[in-house]
Amino acid sequence: MDTRTIVIDPVTRIEGHGKVTLFLDEAGQVADAHFQVTDFRGFEKLTEGRPFYEMPAITARSCGICPVSHLMASAKACDQIMAVRIPDTAVKLRRLMNLAQIVQSHALSFFHLSSPDLLLGMDADPAQRNIFGLMQKYPQLARDGIRLRQFGQSIIEWLGDKRVHPTWVVPGGVSAPLQPAVRDRIAAGLLEAFTIAQRTLDWFKNNLEKYQEEARNFGNFPTLFMGLVTPDGELEHYHGRLRFTDANGRVIADALDPTRYMDYIGEAVEPFSYLKSPYYKPLGYPDGIYRVGPLARLNIIDRCGTPKADQEWAEFRAVDRRAVLSSFYYHYARLIEILYALERILQIVNDPHILDKHVRATAGVNALEGIGISEAPRGTLFHHYQVDENGLIRRVNMIIATGHNNLAMNRSVLQVARRYVRSDRLTEGMLNRVEAVIRAYDPCLSCSTHAFGDMPLEVRLVGPDGAVLDAVRRG
Amino acid sequence: MANQNVKIVTLVIDGKDVSAQQGQTIMQVAREAGIYIPYMCHVEGLSNIGACRLCLVEVQGQRRLLPACTTEVAEGMVVTTNNERLRKYRQMIVEMMFAERNHVCAVCVSNGHCELQRVAQKLGVTHVRMPYLHPKLPFDASHERFILDHDRCILCTRCVRVCDEIEGAHTWDVRGRGTESRVIIDLDQPWGTSESCTGCGKCVNVCPTGALAEKGRATAEMTKKRQFLPYLTIMREEDWA
Repeated sequence: MDTRTIVIDPVTRIEGHGKVTLFLDEAGQVADAHFQVTDFRGFEKLTEGRPFYEMPAITARSCGICPVSHLMASAKACDQIMAVRIPDTAVKLRRLMNLAQIVQSHALSFFHLSSPDLLLGMDADPAQRNIFGLMQKYPQLARDGIRLRQFGQSIIEWLGDKRVHPTWVVPGGVSAPLQPAVRDRIAAGLLEAFTIAQRTLDWFKNNLEKYQEEARNFGNFPTLFMGLVTPDGELEHYHGRLRFTDANGRVIADALDPTRYMDYIGEAVEPFSYLKSPYYKPLGYPDGIYRVGPLARLNIIDRCGTPKADQEWAEFRAVDRRAVLSSFYYHYARLIEILYALERILQIVNDPHILDKHVRATAGVNALEGIGISEAPRGTLFHHYQVDENGLIRRVNMIIATGHNNLAMNRSVLQVARRYVRSDRLTEGMLNRVEAVIRAYDPCLSCSTHAFGDMPLEVRLVGPDGAVLDAVRRG
Repeated sequence: MANQNVKIVTLVIDGKDVSAQQGQTIMQVAREAGIYIPYMCHVEGLSNIGACRLCLVEVQGQRRLLPACTTEVAEGMVVTTNNERLRKYRQMIVEMMFAERNHVCAVCVSNGHCELQRVAQKLGVTHVRMPYLHPKLPFDASHERFILDHDRCILCTRCVRVCDEIEGAHTWDVRGRGTESRVIIDLDQPWGTSESCTGCGKCVNVCPTGALAEKGRATAEMTKKRQFLPYLTIMREEDWA
């Protein structure tokens, strides 16, 4: 009996704190893998008893990368509690900030966190395999990444006074109208952003051949995909209806009312992780495995709805015959979504009514329950609140984008580990591939458990007798 | 107000010779002389109770520190309003205010407009050295227009005094002792059920923190209007007959 376990702890260049445990069999082959999220924060509990209108500001603190996503879902849940129809301009302004958030978050994921693996190589020296190593060898790309993220972050700051945790998104709308000077600044920055987005996309497509090995092995398996779409089946990040498609690209459930999510999403709990494992109820657990986020969104839609993104999307979908199944293509999808977001931002700043002063509806507690949903950079985000008649929170349920991908991340880690890890010792390149597949999902672990932590991850190698054979910890 | 027969006294505050009317407090005279003394329970236009101890000053010849808001000036007094010892005490007092309840500035309606926050910044309070008590306190949102958030209350009792002295309703009071103290409405009942509350909102506007606020204000949106208080006080002292 000589089966063992490998542990990678902490996993690096992700948002949050996680660890990977690889279980080896007697032959030294990887038998099972657990991707574990080791933090716990408990936002759902600590907000009980607070007034509902504080929820956007409090829940935004789940995350410093995508606070805007939480603001959106939370404010929308609050709109429902107030039972108001918020002004059209407020919807557009919220969309504007959400799109800016997608640009900055995707730029962070692609350029800062993942591009070192793609450009410097999976086996490169870890001391160099980061944004600083990138700056030395590929200064143009590193600069592009920083500029693009800055553009997204700046829009958030211009609108909400703060890059992180702005308080401008409020129940009923937004707290202040768009200033003409801000609109002009956004418009002025778009040209460079478009250039960068297109340049990076072209570079990525030209180099796709190099990554065929990764594309084959990085989370390449059939699952369902879920996300919001417009009534016309176009790409949607703020509102819309939920759609599920299968691995063949067939729509299996459409125009689902997001507020009835409990009818079709179940949440399983595994003892090894604080991160819950949501699944598609009709198929049960764990067969109801589905993926969310950029890859899923581009798999479920009929078209993006903007000219440049649509062109890229057509090419993207040609990668696979049916749905694009490999999680490696999350990167590709992310770049297309950046382009899409920029096109939508351009449309919004050119909207003739965007400077309207009426941007907020007011009301008291008119409903005792509210469910807000939006597409965060990492996937579909749910905020579900129940309040008492005075508007104090009684119960909260948040399903975070990263959580939806939990099952898929676990399966991806297993796939990569089976392919690359074959001994009782861990090499740097092996470990990094295990981490890289996690990075492809751009998981935000602090959000997903609403948990506390930096961004480290640990990998442990565990034998069949439960003994820890080897462990690597970084962070 | 304009009384020609007032007695003038002279004293020294922080090495500065100042003259004042007898009956004025050190706080008033210092403010007229442009000297800042931090305070929390004091508010211009209400009676002073010397409860928060932030305005403690040194008076030459006195072993104890004296609250500037309740100590009247006297001829020949030598007052020190700011030195290392006072700064240390004041920092500690502010830290204890933070530690006693759940002051989460980042998500508070009064963030950026809060007197406690401002005083902490002025005194250079960068962290709290004592353990937070993290009490579990209720939130009263039963009033139609206002909310009471005990988490942000520092028990300055400005609300109690303004309601009693200016509005004349005496809806507010205090129950319990020490860290168990709480401001209460009428007979410790939900605000929305109060018979005596006139809904005038004076308590909300004198509250230094986000403990009393208008309902529905999002983070950092609650600003307080204070001007009404001196005006009301002056108008009531005028003889309209």
